[in-house]
Amino acid sequence: MGAKAENGPKPPPPVSSPPPLKALVKLKTKQQELLIRAAALALIYVLAFAIRLFSVLRYESMIHEFDPYFNYRTTLFLTRNGFYEFWNWFDSESWYPLGRIIGGTLYPGLMVTAALIYRALRFLTFAVHIREVCVLTAPFFASNTTLVAYFFGKEIWDAGAGLVAAALIAICPGYISRSVAGSYDNEGVAIFALLFTFYLFVKAVNTGSLSWSLASAFGYFYMVSAWGGYVFIINLIPLYVLVLLVTGRYSMRLYVAYNCMYVLGMMLAMQIRFVGFQHVQSGEHMAAMGVFFLMQVFYFLYWVKDMLNDTKLFQSFLQITLTCAIGVGTLALGIGMASGYISPWTGRFYSLLDPTYAKDHIPIIASVSEHQPTAWSSFMFDFHILLILFPAGLYFCFKRLSDATIFIVMYGLTSMYFASVMVRLILVAAPAVCLISAIAISATIKNLTTLIRKKSKAALTVSSKATSNLKASAKALLDQSLPFQRNGAIAVLVGAFYLLSRYAIHCTWVTSEAYSSPSIVLAARGAHGGRVIFDDYREAYYWLRQNTPPDAKVMSWWDYGYQITAMGNRTVIVDNNTWNNTHIATVGRAMSSYEHEAYEIMQSLDVDYVLVVFGGLTGYSSDDINKFLWMVRIGGGVFPVIKEPDYLVNGEYRVDKGAAPKMLNCLMYKLSYYRFGEVTTEYGKPTGYDRARGVEIGNKDIKLEYLEEAFTTSNWIIRIYKVKPRKNRW
Amino acid sequence: DINPCASLWRRRRREGAAGVHLRSLVSDSGKQELIMAKSNASDAQALVRSLRSAYAATPTNLKIIDLYVVFAIATAIIQVVYMGIVGSFPFNSFLSGVLSCVGTAVLAVCLRIQVNKENKEFKDLPPERAFADFVLCNLVLHLVIMNFLG
Repeated sequence: MGAKAENGPKPPPPVSSPPPLKALVKLKTKQQELLIRAAALALIYVLAFAIRLFSVLRYESMIHEFDPYFNYRTTLFLTRNGFYEFWNWFDSESWYPLGRIIGGTLYPGLMVTAALIYRALRFLTFAVHIREVCVLTAPFFASNTTLVAYFFGKEIWDAGAGLVAAALIAICPGYISRSVAGSYDNEGVAIFALLFTFYLFVKAVNTGSLSWSLASAFGYFYMVSAWGGYVFIINLIPLYVLVLLVTGRYSMRLYVAYNCMYVLGMMLAMQIRFVGFQHVQSGEHMAAMGVFFLMQVFYFLYWVKDMLNDTKLFQSFLQITLTCAIGVGTLALGIGMASGYISPWTGRFYSLLDPTYAKDHIPIIASVSEHQPTAWSSFMFDFHILLILFPAGLYFCFKRLSDATIFIVMYGLTSMYFASVMVRLILVAAPAVCLISAIAISATIKNLTTLIRKKSKAALTVSSKATSNLKASAKALLDQSLPFQRNGAIAVLVGAFYLLSRYAIHCTWVTSEAYSSPSIVLAARGAHGGRVIFDDYREAYYWLRQNTPPDAKVMSWWDYGYQITAMGNRTVIVDNNTWNNTHIATVGRAMSSYEHEAYEIMQSLDVDYVLVVFGGLTGYSSDDINKFLWMVRIGGGVFPVIKEPDYLVNGEYRVDKGAAPKMLNCLMYKLSYYRFGEVTTEYGKPTGYDRARGVEIGNKDIKLEYLEEAFTTSNWIIRIYKVKPRKNRW
Repeated sequence: DINPCASLWRRRRREGAAGVHLRSLVSDSGKQELIMAKSNASDAQALVRSLRSAYAATPTNLKIIDLYVVFAIATAIIQVVYMGIVGSFPFNSFLSGVLSCVGTAVLAVCLRIQVNKENKEFKDLPPERAFADFVLCNLVLHLVIMNFLG
């Protein structure tokens, strides 16, 4: 090859760099497609982050609601004192005088994640405050969820479905409701972990690789560390394996994926102290163990059948083994449940299977508004067109059944059932609904666009090829039906585009109006249309922080416990953790008794201050008088001396003149309406007109004997009373 | 036959629900026990013989993995018997001991599945990669065990 001698130095080839735009167009189709996909994903990532920032822009960067304050306090503690102190923390500032073992009773995933992000940012010398990191953790993880949704959609269907799924879940109101900026709660991180674990597991089942199963075990570990809802994963995956076995989609990859994930996932999950030994002792986790043993038996039988090529012998072997296995299994389960070693399903999860259970037996669970069954309007509000596209997506999944589509169908159906039982669980259903709807949208649009493009391709071939008579007549027939199809396809595409744009508008509106309120700062429209801000909560907590002795103990209803400890920095009697029902019932009893009885209870608990929330002046309807019946029910559940009918008149709950005498003289009534009889709230109404209940109060002349008013906020929303010390005995 | 067990299950499904089937299977075996009482012994011998001859044909590397699995399960059983004798007080230690044996046995079975030349699903997987995955998973398992042993 090199034999020919060169004639002389060759001139360098003409080099011309094409301008960037032309270089872009000169890319091959595959590269163009990749570029479009990457650009779309980047935009979706930013969109998911940006749409959750309404409350930060309208109010300020603060933590919302009640539960996030506890998470914020623990994260603060973690960043200041390090992981070992955090893991072994015993908190004496809540649940006085019992205290709370925080290290062993929380899910550390969220706090550790925020602390790691904080450390990373500090390492890069961004001087952020931990509160900013906490506020923006949820939107950041929502953006990551869209990426996972893209890869998951790609795994189940194709890249187009993945992109649509990412776009849908970026703005889905069902997910936004618990992951706005400021909602620093477990679910913000947990939904990312849930979808990530499911994606890794489906990938493991599709590839049969041990490393993907290991990754899914780590994903499961992250989910267990983040939220109590991990029970959903540990029950759905065994159910899925069972369905695959029953439908005959049995394969070696399934064995590798499930076993590796189960054993490693279980070991990792037991490292979280709050979960402890539940994976081997709790009834809720037994399905996974049962399927684990079933798989060993099943695959062992398969292996023996493979070795013996004789069916008759195998049948007898099969019978013996099956009877032995079933006998041993049921015996073990029976002994475990009867002896109480395997604990039955806890009330929280049992009420998902039997929705009426909580109302009769556990009033605390029944009283939480998020635990009520879902109404149709909530579904429509949170899902909009996805609700209609969900069955369509199910149809497409059934048309192209594979291991992955069976999984997403099961995830969708089970999560929709649970979402209909409890409003809070719409959040868990949101990713499944988005993925299945994305399949419907992507498949439909793909079919329609191929229809449209087919006609133009057919026209091209007709013009370029030489046509015989037969071909010409056939093409003529084709041409006749195609215009109809083409117009129909274009019409449906325009309709789909319209629906999707309405979805986007709906989601933005819902986020802006309904899900961006911080709950701790209230806003209303004034008489001239200007915005009026009620910042009473923080005013009261800061008053507590600055005007009470550091070891003062505050009694309030459990809703406000976390906020008082986080912002007021004072010890509380009960808080949102609600782990001790009797303690809460004691507080409930104190609130619903006459003043002298309540005083005895307060002295026994060393209470210094009492805090009540009152909405009568502003018309704020989530105040303690509206929650009062729950206090009576919970208190009455433990102390039969408190009877609910005593506070009702003919089954009706009233606070005006016709109210029950016990109601008019109980502690909560007195503390809420003290000196309210002197206030004119609305023009034209008598004094003492309660704007939240819409009536004039019954007892306007309230005298307090054992408490004195310490502080009332500027709009009377929070009222703080000081407990007087005992009188000197002569 | 790519999926022999599928045919088995399909036949069962045609005749009704799987649950009903298991029950009928048990009652069937109950009825047939009398008939098979005589041929049971000879059947069992034939079973054992054919199993032994079939197993002798497996390659050596798979037999080594099988031996490892048997060793791990035996260790787990010994630990459970010991727990039965002395009680389960540091429960985390007991769990970590048993689960390390069961875990490594299960991982070894996964390795056997991936390395077995007869499995068409893992035709493209090089055995070195399968072994590397096995080592990695065992590493993670034992690190977690060491943390959990207390």
